[in-house]
Amino acid sequence: MISADLFSNAIVAGILLGGFYAAVAIGLAIVFGQLDIVNIAHPAFIIVGAYIAYILNSRFGLDPILIGLLAAPVFFFVGALIYRVYFLAFERTGQESLSGLAFFFGVMFIIEVVLILIYGFDYRLVQADYIGQSWRIGFVDFPLRMLVPFAVAAALTAAIYLFMSRTFMGRAIQAVAQDRLALQLMGADPVRIKQWAFGLGIATTAIAGALLIIIGPVEPSVGRLYIGRAFAIVVLGGMGSIKGMFIAALILGVVESMVSTFAGPSWSPAVAFGFLGLTLALRPAGLFGRR
Amino acid sequence: MKSAAFWGVLAAIFAGGLVLTTVVENEYYYNAFYLILQATLMAVAWNILGGFTGYVNFGSAAFFAMGAYTTVALNKALALPLPLLILAGGAVGGLVGFGLGYLTLRLKGVYFAIATLAMAIVIETFIANWPYVGGARGSYMLTPEKHLWFDSYIQMLFMVMLLLTLTAVVISRVLNSSRLGRGLAAIRDDEVAAESAGVPTLRLKLVSTTVMGAMMGVAGAPFPYFVTFVDPVSAFNLFIAVNAIAMPMIGGTGHWIGPVIGALLVGTTQEIVKVTVSSELNVLIVGVMLVVFITLAPQGIVGLVQKHWKRKQ
Amino acid sequence: MVNPRSFMRAGVAAGAIALAAASASLAPLAAQAAEPLKIGFSMALTGGLAGAGKAALIGMEIWRDDVNKKGGLLGRKVEFVYYDDATQPANVPGLYTKLLEVDKVDLLVSAYGTNLIAPALPIVMRKKMVFPSLFGLAANEEFKYDRYFQIMPAGPNPLTDWSWGFFELAAAQNPKPKTIAIVAADAEFALNAAAGARKNAQAAGLKIVYDKTYPPPTTDFTPIVRAIQATNPDIVYVGSYPPDSVGMVKAANEVGLKVKMFGGGMVGLQFASIQKNLGPLLNNIVNYDFWVPEPTLDFPGVKEFLAKYQEAAKGKGVDPYGHYLPPFAYAYLQVLEQSVNAVKSLDQAKLAAHMHKATFDTVVGKVKFGKNGEWAKSRVLMVQFRDVQNDNLEQFAGPGKRVVLYPKEWKSGDIVFPYKQ
Repeated sequence: MISADLFSNAIVAGILLGGFYAAVAIGLAIVFGQLDIVNIAHPAFIIVGAYIAYILNSRFGLDPILIGLLAAPVFFFVGALIYRVYFLAFERTGQESLSGLAFFFGVMFIIEVVLILIYGFDYRLVQADYIGQSWRIGFVDFPLRMLVPFAVAAALTAAIYLFMSRTFMGRAIQAVAQDRLALQLMGADPVRIKQWAFGLGIATTAIAGALLIIIGPVEPSVGRLYIGRAFAIVVLGGMGSIKGMFIAALILGVVESMVSTFAGPSWSPAVAFGFLGLTLALRPAGLFGRR
Repeated sequence: MKSAAFWGVLAAIFAGGLVLTTVVENEYYYNAFYLILQATLMAVAWNILGGFTGYVNFGSAAFFAMGAYTTVALNKALALPLPLLILAGGAVGGLVGFGLGYLTLRLKGVYFAIATLAMAIVIETFIANWPYVGGARGSYMLTPEKHLWFDSYIQMLFMVMLLLTLTAVVISRVLNSSRLGRGLAAIRDDEVAAESAGVPTLRLKLVSTTVMGAMMGVAGAPFPYFVTFVDPVSAFNLFIAVNAIAMPMIGGTGHWIGPVIGALLVGTTQEIVKVTVSSELNVLIVGVMLVVFITLAPQGIVGLVQKHWKRKQ
Repeated sequence: MVNPRSFMRAGVAAGAIALAAASASLAPLAAQAAEPLKIGFSMALTGGLAGAGKAALIGMEIWRDDVNKKGGLLGRKVEFVYYDDATQPANVPGLYTKLLEVDKVDLLVSAYGTNLIAPALPIVMRKKMVFPSLFGLAANEEFKYDRYFQIMPAGPNPLTDWSWGFFELAAAQNPKPKTIAIVAADAEFALNAAAGARKNAQAAGLKIVYDKTYPPPTTDFTPIVRAIQATNPDIVYVGSYPPDSVGMVKAANEVGLKVKMFGGGMVGLQFASIQKNLGPLLNNIVNYDFWVPEPTLDFPGVKEFLAKYQEAAKGKGVDPYGHYLPPFAYAYLQVLEQSVNAVKSLDQAKLAAHMHKATFDTVVGKVKFGKNGEWAKSRVLMVQFRDVQNDNLEQFAGPGKRVVLYPKEWKSGDIVFPYKQ
């Protein structure tokens, strides 16, 4: 049954899907990977992003990706604000491990339920010209519904990669993760830097949300499905390494796509998470560990 | 609490339950009580690992579901009576908990929490692909006709759950106040230091995860008889996991009474809200209570009371 | 869910009814004095099925108001006692116990959806209540309760009747299809639909070349559709839920799936918002439905009902046309109403006996129940989408876009075959 045609299409579909996963995970790679903040509510913010894309798209016909870019600064400030609360309540008192986890768990539920109370449980969709079109090169298909999110995600990853390695703030964020003391000696305020980084992480969810609703219909609780995947990718990618995260996302996408093409789609979630479980058990630092 | 007083209170609660079944006929109340007790049992179980030992388990629902599905499978294969099914559910939960304990060798803190989340999804996928127990389609359970001397089956289930929950509270209290409990607390505070001070950390962690898993399996075992229809979505419901985390956090994780208080408070509120306002607000209430409590009172209700106590003295 | 606006509206409506009652003649005064007749149920007002559940509730409330305008049931005003089950099967036993024990309702009807009907059955059976039931696929198969009545016209053998039309249509084509792919979501309804399709495919002598399930939270369906394409089937039967139906149709289009028939058991393609979003991608898909605005299905009362529904549905975020579920939500209460009026009591045994033997005239046509409480004769329609235009909601309000192909009795057009070349 394995033909070159099917095989190459499965690989391509997996890479496109993986690119989207990278957009989902990149914010978490900063927040969880660099700052060690276990933001379980990360996918819930993505859903908020998707709903904003839905509202503005259905009301004004704006392009979802444009909406995501416009909403990102707002998300940035919301993220910074949340970090402020988190810092005051947990980090300052040294209770981030247990209470911090539970805090974001609660935030996730509040976001989900509030969205349900306002918009109900119906699936929402967006309209855009490229949704439904498909390019074909040889016998390989590139549905634009997947290709556009992939391109945006790749651009986003590249931008954040450059930001992290070229700018002062980016290097400072990485320094927060590695050597707090040295940073303080340099005269930078670690709390301010972390606030910046957390805001940046949340800002990416506005864009990831727009991509999510381009790919398929969204309702408030679909975010839960991405919790495991997003964390899996960040851990596999080696906690905070942007490059590693992107590769891990592609691997996960390809694995899921291959399994669903050749073994039957009902096994794909278990395979992806089994993969994660094995990595955690055998090589906790991930495939491209920073440690 | 003094020992005599503790046992007295337990006996009084159990007797109260028995009296209730002779006085109150209204089945609805037993339904509500059952759900509250089930949540209490889950919260007490979660706290043994989460509160005493400091390892966060996001996969509580998987243990619960394994208990429930053990019942479904064994009931179909052998038609065992309920007490044996509960034991079996506990055994399966405990076994998986034991395995989870070995994971802690390599995974600390956050990594462990994520691994439990992944574990829950893997187990759910397996159950959903196992046609014998109904797979993703779910399976029906008919409530047996016999219910001992009780007026109805739900009354009996309620008493069973009450007995199980009280037993769990006893175990939790023993773990909390014994030498073993001090060992667990040492692991929670600083695992490396505990290890070097000669605390047998792995053994203690294994006890902790096994007891937690067994209790959750026990909590899930009667569930199929309670709902009469089990499918992976309801058995692996994230809400079960959220409650199991939120209730101890709200009540206070350090003390054995914390999860009990949290569960009674949150569980009762939920049951009242469910019928008076709406089920969706249920979830909102847990979320809001959780966030408010851990931001403002990170030690939970027990912590607040203790602080108040100290100030008085 | 608490919606302050709907609360106010309810308050205003109640005030209006009270005023009307006060100013009415003396005759209905006796009726007003009698205790109201309470009908209890749980409904998915939040959770996965909330969209349909809320639409069903609107349909049910229209029935209640219609009946009360006629003087109620047995001279008593009809009241609903209902709770939100949040689409969680685990909530259902508790809620039905409460309805029976605390609220002491006079009559019960079911929630919407198989998973929410089945958990109520053991409780309902213990109290021996008649149980008109709203869209459960073979929910009574294991309980075999003789007071269960299903308004969904799946027919006496729901599992196979469900997709029978699809296979009859296929068999009638030239050249006759020889191979089939069956794909379904890993969840209750879709798996049952696929199981029935499998049996029918074997009976029809079709070779099954692909038979797989996928988890409902699947993000990208193109690998699945491509794997199906690789087996080169003549026809494809899909059992899916709304989000995956959308994903499937889009993926089939993107991959350029070349098959002769596509569809069958896709839930969601009946809802206007999804129809609007998919637009022309829907064209020539053959899928099940229960009622569409075709001239052959213009039963007495259905237009009036839909007009009321569409008025009430405005701004509530539910399906604006309500073709799929609401007429049946109205009809299952009509069955109850006509039975109560016929036996003139609330005696559950008598009601059940009447429901078994009578034929009911409802907004969804004549309803006659068989022995197992399903419709005595199946009326699962196979409809085909035709000439659907892009981004246009209004087109689905009237006839012509969903042509009934099967059963012959209700046929309103001929099949376009093959689906895509």
